[in-house]
Parts: sequence; C-alpha cells; structure tokens
Amino acid sequence: MHAVVLIKQVPDTTEVRIDPKTNTMIRAGVPSILNPYDANAVEEAVRWRERLGGKVTVITMGPPQAKEALRKCLSFGADRAILLTDRAFAGADTLATSYALATTIQKIMETEPVDLVFCGRQAIDGDTGQVGPGVARRLGFEQLTYVIKVDEIDPEKGEIQVRRVVEDGIEVVRTKLPALLTVEKEINEVRYATMPDLLRAARQEIEVWTKDTIGADPNQCGLKGSPTVVSKSFVPSPPDRHLQLFEGDVAAQAAALAEKLSHLDVFAGRLG
Amino acid sequence: MAEEKFDVIVVGAGPAGTAAALTAAKAGLDVVVVERGDYPGAKNVMGGVLYADMMSSLIPEFWKNAPLERRIIEQRYFLVHGESAVSIGYRNPQYANDPPNNFTVLRAKFDKWFAEQAEAAGAFIITETVARELIRENGKVIGIRTDREEGDLYADVVIIADGVNSLLAKQAGFHPEWKPDQVALAVKEIIALPKEVIEDRFNIESGQGVTYEFFGQVTNGMVGNAFVYTNNESLSVGLGVMLADLVKSGLHPYDLLDEFKSHPMVAALLKGGETKEYMAHLIPEGGVDAMPPLYGNGFMICGDAAQMVNALTREGSNMAMESGRIAGEVAKLAKDRNDFSVNTLSEYQRRLEKSFVLQDLHQFRNTTKYLEHNQHFLSLYPELADMALHEFFLVDGASKREKIRRIMDRVKQKRSLWRIGRDFYGLYKNMK
Repeated sequence: MHAVVLIKQVPDTTEVRIDPKTNTMIRAGVPSILNPYDANAVEEAVRWRERLGGKVTVITMGPPQAKEALRKCLSFGADRAILLTDRAFAGADTLATSYALATTIQKIMETEPVDLVFCGRQAIDGDTGQVGPGVARRLGFEQLTYVIKVDEIDPEKGEIQVRRVVEDGIEVVRTKLPALLTVEKEINEVRYATMPDLLRAARQEIEVWTKDTIGADPNQCGLKGSPTVVSKSFVPSPPDRHLQLFEGDVAAQAAALAEKLSHLDVFAGRLG
Repeated sequence: MAEEKFDVIVVGAGPAGTAAALTAAKAGLDVVVVERGDYPGAKNVMGGVLYADMMSSLIPEFWKNAPLERRIIEQRYFLVHGESAVSIGYRNPQYANDPPNNFTVLRAKFDKWFAEQAEAAGAFIITETVARELIRENGKVIGIRTDREEGDLYADVVIIADGVNSLLAKQAGFHPEWKPDQVALAVKEIIALPKEVIEDRFNIESGQGVTYEFFGQVTNGMVGNAFVYTNNESLSVGLGVMLADLVKSGLHPYDLLDEFKSHPMVAALLKGGETKEYMAHLIPEGGVDAMPPLYGNGFMICGDAAQMVNALTREGSNMAMESGRIAGEVAKLAKDRNDFSVNTLSEYQRRLEKSFVLQDLHQFRNTTKYLEHNQHFLSLYPELADMALHEFFLVDGASKREKIRRIMDRVKQKRSLWRIGRDFYGLYKNMK
C-alpha cells in the first residue's frame, strides 16, 4: 500500500497577533510548526503501513524552511519526503495549491501507484479545509472528509471503511480505493519518535521538486492561478455585554433572573 | 539498529552548546546536539544584548545574515533615587557601522539561526528531547540517556551546556543545587511598540539601538539592576536581583518589575506599549567559587551550567560562546590524539584560564559579595548623588562655594568621609 500525506508548515497561531491597523496577521518572529492535524494524518498513514506494509511519502508545498516540517514527519516514520518549492508557487490560494499538489501526485503515479492520500482536516492558519477535497477532485479519488476512525483497509478488494463526523452524528462510509482522507485530531495520538527514528530523519535527504519537475502549467500556479481575492479583513468587535447583579437570597435571585430572561429576545419563543 | 556512536554529544542548543557544536563540526567531527525545546532558542532567555567580537570568531561577518534587532550606539547608566536619577552614558553612531560592537537580539530568532549554522556545518540537532543522565563506564562518561524510546546516545566526549539548571551536572553530582546566593532571578517582558515610536523616543535611526541600565532604588537596594533595551519593534524590559536578597525581602519579582515599569522615567519610555511576552530565568552568579569541575574523563561543562557569568558586567552569553568554542577545539584535539581522558581534556581548563572567561571571573570573584555586604552602594550612594546634583543644579542665589559646602555638610551627616573612602577603596580592591 502506498500512502501519500500532504502536509503544511504553518505559523503557530497560538502565538499570532493581528495588527489592529492593517488587520493582517503579524507573522514576524512567530515560530513555524507542522500543522497539528497533519501530524495526525502522518501518524495514521504510518500506522496502516505498519499493519499492511508498503510506503508513506510526505509532500509539502512551501518555502525551503518547510523542510523542518518534513523532517518531523520522517521522524514519525514516513519513508520519503518531497518539498515542492518554486517562486512560481508563491501566493497560491487553495485552488492553485490543490493543482500543484495533485500534479505532484500524478507525477509520482507515473512510476508507482498511490492508493491513499491523507490530509489534516484543515490548516490552522487558513482554516479553509479546501485543499484536500480539491486534490481529490482533480485526481478523481473518492473523498472522505473529517475522518475520526479508519475501520478497515482491504487492499485485496481495494476498499476502505471509515467513520466521519457529520453535523448530527457519525457516518460509517465504505468506498473504493484510491481515496483521499482528511482526518480529525481524535483519529489517533501522535507518537513521540524514537531516537533511531529521529536520527534517521535528521540524516535523510529531502527531495526538492520545482514546477518543472512536475511539469506544472505556470498559469495555474501561484498568484496567477489564484482567483481568490481578499476584499476586506477585519477583527470583529466584541459584542455589547451588560452586567447585572441580583441581590437577595437564592430564591429571590433566581426569580429576578427568570423575570429578566423572559423579557429578553434571546429566549423569545422558547420560554413558556 | 546498532547503537549510535558519535565523536561529540552536545547537550543544550544555547550559545555555549551551539558554539561547541559549530566548532567541532567545522573541524570535521561527527556531532549531535540534544535540545529540550521545540527548537533551539524556544526556551532560552537573557536580557537581550550580544557582543559581536565573540560571534565574529565563530562566524566571520555574521552580521550580514544573522537576525539582529538593533546595533547599540548608546549605553546609558541611571542611578535612581526617588523620581530622580543621575545618569552617565556614551553615544557614538559609529558603533552602528560594520562590524557592530554589540547588538540586541530576540533569542528565539537568534539561537535558531545560530543553530542552523551548526547544522550547516554538519551537526545533527535533535529537539524536544531531554538528556536525563550521563552514561558512565569505568569512571568515564561514554554517553547520555535521553527521554526518547531507545534513547541512549554514545560519544567519545559529552559537552554539557544545558544551562543554569543543568540536569546533567546536578545528576552526576558535580555540584549540589545552587544556593540562593549563587543565582540571581531575572524577570523580563517584551513590550511591543511601533518601530517609529521607538526611534523617536530613544532618538535613534533605523537599525540603531540603545541600552539603559538602572541601579539603586529600582531594586529596593538589593544587588542587581533593571534594564530597557531597544529591539526593532519592541523593548526588552527587565530586572534581576540575587535570589537570596529577594527571599529576604519577601517581595515578588513581578511586583518589582511592575514598580520599575511605573517609575515615571521608565513609564514614559514604555507608554502605549503592549506586553507580548513575559519570562523569568535564573542567572548563575556564583562565579568561580560555585563552579563545578569543568572537565573529567569524557566530558566538559560550558556556559551557565558551569556558572560562567560575570555578574557585574552582566556578561554571560559571550562567556558561554567562548567556553563552547574552546570545548569544541579541545574535542578536536582529543580526537586527533585519540585520548578523551583528563590528560587531554584538562587542556579545556588551561585554555579557559588564558581567556577572559576565567580571568574576569577571578577578578570579580568577590565583588558581588562585597556589594551584598555593603548595600549602601545601591541605596545610600544613589541618595547622596541625587542630593548633591540637585543642590548643584538648583539656582537659588547661593554662591558655588556655598553650594559645595552645603553638599559636603549633608554628605557628612549621612556617612563620614573616612567611611566613604573606605567603601570605595574596598570596592576598588575587590575589583582589582
């Protein structure tokens, strides 16, 4: 079984602040990390390889320093790492990104088949969750989003069964391979790599691919291939909050509170 | 997998460890660095000023690529009493030219870059990994045990540079827990301000910076000082005092820092700023008397882990780098001789004694203690200086001769000239 994992290096958004004047993220000095959901995606791919045999290839599109994130994936047990980096990819939105990544996977498929693609449910910097589905559509793979458990992979029949979160419950889905999965955090717990794995990751060469390696159409890459326009960004102002303290014993306070709530719009139609 | 054996294991990717790793890797040794933080620099703290001379000896023309904040063109000292202060400073814009003299850094950025240089020279850096203990065999250190699964690493020599709270040195019994009079506690905030505001407020151009050091009432007379350093788009504002004094005073370090920040002279500098980070760290200030053995069979200890800080001039990072560099060179010497016993590693101590590291630490051996036992240096003398200059600058019709007489009278009321003479002679003797 050959699994490809698509990962992204992101700014640690727990340390990001918004510039109040320009309403853009202040990225300077913010450390970069492996997108947390992607760590789960790598972990899941490696676990299935450990059971079924095969290979895990990790791919990211990004600047040269994204190698750090790839190295981390290698330390979790991935076999091969490819950095897709080119000035032509700069400024890509989710459409152009999914084009570049899908083209990379197609390039790999010229020499070896790909059975599964794993992605995190979304990147914590953009929060769109669009790249995975975009890649699946371009490759013509089945797409299974928000997966919390992979029940079974049957390489013989070429089938996979997963559990995915939907709005009011959990859906059990069985489908044909090849498939693309986007995974939730609860799918697994990411390992603490062993020392031999860390050293192997530190020593391993990371392959660097450019737009020419994958034969990408420059018009579909980077800024050129990105129709998305951010027309405005803003920090929502905090809602108006009013504080009222009720006096008296518990019963009196409760009565006063109930009386107050009954006059508020928020409960219109819900209270008696 | 067969057991991993390197020429050198370095524990800790701070200035000492990275300098050691860089030097050893450049000399062609097989080096691995073990760092507990998410990345080198993630857990490292200092006031924020680095010296160029030391960096140049490790990486020539480092300033062309290193993430520096501002080059220091003005250093100013304030002796604070009440709302007033006596200050002395030196400003020279030439310090902004290449090579810079000293400069501010944000450690999270700088240490990461510095470690990348060691990596480029061939060292492996293993992060998020704690070195728990030394592995010893026949009285010789042969490796380290980490918290990773299958986490033992072996090497001919282990360079211990895991900082002031050195787990390894403590665990190996090289020194007991530091005593409160051997460490200072420093607290620091990074306060964000727009670049232009900083440049207006401190009267500097883009890329230029200042360091302000404050003594006297800012530490309630305790041995220590407070500081404001300019970064590109933030200020490093902090304060450090001896832990023993702090315990005795019953004060909280963050209360002291808040008080310092609200001092009218300081508040004006920080106005409108937003605190981005808050950090606290111990500074080893025990000097030569608190030093663990610096080497043994199969190991050397560098930087904070070996108490290499000049408390008086607040120099630590450059001593760390110098000791790391020397340790890296001695590791290479040991490799060439194929001898990792004390016979060769004692060269580390010999070279440190010839360098400013041990020479300065010996010179200032008793100064901190002298100041601790003579706290009037940081309480009475700022008060006298305040009074004297206040009187001197106040225009009230008195003749200059009369003013000087008044000043001398009031000084003598507080402390006899003979005792003042003795105080300063004592200080001089302790710094000689």
